[in-house]
Amino acid sequence: MMAALIFAVSLVTLLMFFVSYCRSLMAAYSHHMLSTEVRDVTGIKELPTARDYAKVMQLLQLCPERPEDRTGLRAVGIYYDILDVTQKSIARLMPQLRSWTEHERAGCATFAVVALDRCIAFNRETLAREGEF
Amino acid sequence: MPGPLAATIWYLGAAFELGFVVCSVYRKSFLRYLFLNLYFLLTLASSVFRHFVLQHSGVGSAEYRYAYFYSDALLTLVLYGALIGLYSRVFEELRVSKYVRICAVLLLLGTAGFSYAVVAQSQSRLSTDFAYELSQNLYFVGLVLTYVLWGAILKLGETRTRLVQIVLSLGLYFSAYAASYALFNFTENNSVMVYLVPIVGCLLPLAWTITLWRHSEEARLVPARLVAVPR
Repeated sequence: MMAALIFAVSLVTLLMFFVSYCRSLMAAYSHHMLSTEVRDVTGIKELPTARDYAKVMQLLQLCPERPEDRTGLRAVGIYYDILDVTQKSIARLMPQLRSWTEHERAGCATFAVVALDRCIAFNRETLAREGEF
Repeated sequence: MPGPLAATIWYLGAAFELGFVVCSVYRKSFLRYLFLNLYFLLTLASSVFRHFVLQHSGVGSAEYRYAYFYSDALLTLVLYGALIGLYSRVFEELRVSKYVRICAVLLLLGTAGFSYAVVAQSQSRLSTDFAYELSQNLYFVGLVLTYVLWGAILKLGETRTRLVQIVLSLGLYFSAYAASYALFNFTENNSVMVYLVPIVGCLLPLAWTITLWRHSEEARLVPARLVAVPR
């Protein structure tokens, strides 16, 4: 009985901490100003929307990942998938939850765009350094 | 002896723990996060000790059982100390560190007493049962304390990126560990202890290393962005 209770409570807190952890990863990138280069590549003029996420992730696959962004991208990717499932199921019945998941998915897209921007900058620097030799 | 997969997870975990200590030395944060470093150094020492016992006595032996559960209980105590250290850092401006320490000791004694009372009621009264019960309950107390600390971080508007991410990673770790122990308790499936628990153990040093590596001590974030539902 005690073990079942601990198991149930632990799963709820696991989900809560995971959501907060992903939000803290996204918040840490929120100050980043997007370069014109990444705006041209992605076609994003203002702020990224939830629909941009898939496109940006495809572009990220073409760009060699920065090792320090890899784990964050994976965590946010799982978060995006959870939000996607929520939006296609429970959120259909609850408009407030629907707008919240949409907002969160847009946050995931912003995180991915910033990672792409950093990736482009990193590769440009690497190429410039190699060109010096 | 553990299989190749279990051994790989074990070595990977040890590499991540060592990675955290090296990273905190490199980023000049070793003393700032002394308890966290101490925890990983002790984890590494306990891995070597367990490996030694495993090679001499085998995975099914009583010696290995004692070595595993008692070293785990000891490590949980050190992690509990690390959590109290994080409490002191969050509340350092309010100057309530003394009360935090007193409460922590009382809670620890209460948990040990409760664990003993649970084991004393069973027929076998094995001393390994006490170590196991203490670990499981301490993980759960750790989880509750981390949850309270997270609430305090949100309430106080904490902005230090490193501190926020370290606390959240710890919350994830405690939740996953408490769930794994509880799962093992009612399924008694050994693969939970052989695979799931070590995988969870790998994630904490990895998450902390990334936090130390990616963010400086001066990095700040907007507290409002951490709240899932804006008020």
